[in-house]
Amino acid sequence: MGNLIEIRDLAKVYTRGKQKVEVLHHINLDIAEGDFLALMGPSGSGKTTLLNLIGGLDTATAGSIGVGGQRIDQLGAGALAKWRAANVGFVFQFYNLMPMLSAQRNVELPLLLTKLSSSERRQRASIALQLVGLADRASHKPSELSGGQQQRVAIARAIVSDPTLLVCDEPTGDLDRQSAEDVLALLRTLNREHGKTIVMVTHDPKAAEYANHTLHLDKGTLVEQAVA
Amino acid sequence: MKYLHLIWAALFRRKTRTFLTLVSILTAFLLFGMLDGVRTSFANVGKSAAGAKRLQTGSKLSFIETLPQSLQARIAQVPGAEDVAYANWFGGAYQDPHNQVFSFAVSPNYIDIYPEVDVTPAERKAFDRTRTGVLVGDVLAAKYHWKVGDKLPLQSNIYPNRDGSKNWSFDIVGIIRATRPDDKQFLQGAVLMHWKYFDESNPYNRGRVGWYVTSVADAGQSDRVARAIDALSANSDHETKTMTEQAAMASWVKQMGDIGFIVVSIMGAVFFTLLLLTGNTMAQAVRERTSELAVLKTIGFSSRAVLALVLAESVLLVLLGGVIGLGLAALLGPIMSAGSGGMLNMPPVGAASWALGVGLMIAIGLLVGVLPAWRAMRLNIVDALAGR
Repeated sequence: MGNLIEIRDLAKVYTRGKQKVEVLHHINLDIAEGDFLALMGPSGSGKTTLLNLIGGLDTATAGSIGVGGQRIDQLGAGALAKWRAANVGFVFQFYNLMPMLSAQRNVELPLLLTKLSSSERRQRASIALQLVGLADRASHKPSELSGGQQQRVAIARAIVSDPTLLVCDEPTGDLDRQSAEDVLALLRTLNREHGKTIVMVTHDPKAAEYANHTLHLDKGTLVEQAVA
Repeated sequence: MKYLHLIWAALFRRKTRTFLTLVSILTAFLLFGMLDGVRTSFANVGKSAAGAKRLQTGSKLSFIETLPQSLQARIAQVPGAEDVAYANWFGGAYQDPHNQVFSFAVSPNYIDIYPEVDVTPAERKAFDRTRTGVLVGDVLAAKYHWKVGDKLPLQSNIYPNRDGSKNWSFDIVGIIRATRPDDKQFLQGAVLMHWKYFDESNPYNRGRVGWYVTSVADAGQSDRVARAIDALSANSDHETKTMTEQAAMASWVKQMGDIGFIVVSIMGAVFFTLLLLTGNTMAQAVRERTSELAVLKTIGFSSRAVLALVLAESVLLVLLGGVIGLGLAALLGPIMSAGSGGMLNMPPVGAASWALGVGLMIAIGLLVGVLPAWRAMRLNIVDALAGR
């Protein structure tokens, strides 16, 4: 398979007051389509920054990022939002669900940006919830679900618009061991059976074991590449 | 419309806070509905077609100054004047000083000048021959369950009678009704007594009248007739000011205060407070949802879409409370009017008030939403997700 993501000489500098902090230094990285990559490294190493850049949430200071042949570093804010809606699913450590919406409505959220009818949106959200094993919890609000269930709803939301890429920032960081394993198994299924390319940031070596590859970042530089 | 559930859910994320804010908005627009009704009714005072054919003559100095009764015959001589009647304010209260009734001591021909109301010929005859007789408006009669033949005790808040007491006793001899059954006229809520009886029975105001009402043959000649009437008393100790009934009413109201200005001032203060209160609620609501708004942007909502969502939420909040408030005003107005027995004639909340009200709701909604919406639009996803 070809590369889905191609990163060249990527740098990111944050300005905090008068100080400039270079978080990423000239990163070069290719991620193959259908890969499951774990990004590891100590706090402040730049892994979440790299993930945000790959997911189009942040803009690079220098270098280029190509995803599926599209130079996302050249897109404006509006175009980048559209690109994210069509191509990327996001999973966060703290689930980031809308507390006032049911699981079904949360999953439907990305579909509001499409031209699908209300019944089509409902149907697709139901399929996504079924896929993560929560069809029977569709009407429940996040506060009525366990942490693991909430994360699975978040995964359903991430995959409902059928993106090619899933970016996951510490998806098991707030879960107990059993829930974490359930979530990781689900991610592996999405990768292996549904062909989703996954980039996951984690601190947990056990979580990284579910990935095909693990990359280590330290002080903004890729230091090591391991094959799981 | 597909975003409505999202806006609705965000609005009721904190139910108690939203409910309390809604109550404030509701109260403000209930007040607006009521006060705009008052403003409209004062603005429309005397705007009947017949009004242009009637002129009212009062003292040039003040509406509480009286005029000599002898002026009637001289006004009647003015070319174009058809009929001249006069009246005095009696200031009566029924049973309790709080139950004020519009009561006037009038000349025998007074009712003839108002073709929009009528009494039966028999009742008119009874009125003419009964010195203590009064005609009462049907709305007032219904309120206090008065009927022809009843004794009517009234307490004047100004005039004592011959005994020195302010308690007067009258006999109800007729009921004033609107000529057109579906019409509502001011005199339906009034009591008319004989000026002669009033004049002879109180020691203070012998031969004086409060104002004259002159019907003119041609409304187009009203200005000329008015000038001619005022010329009769020019340079005398009782100079007059004659104007159309509408202008006279407006002038009378103006002497009490500029109702329009008072209403606008009150509403201005209410809406300014509402602006601060709702603005604070919206700012707080959006601040609490920073990470949720960041998630919306993360999954592909554009900055403009987020701006529109927050503005829509703000407008919906004000519209909800405002429409309920105005609706309540529309319901309560007629109930209050009916309950007052014609003393208070609250007009229904008309299309103009609704249009102005809804316009205000949208404007307030946009105003209170614009700052939090702007902040939401400018939200940096990475910073917001990191809790910075």
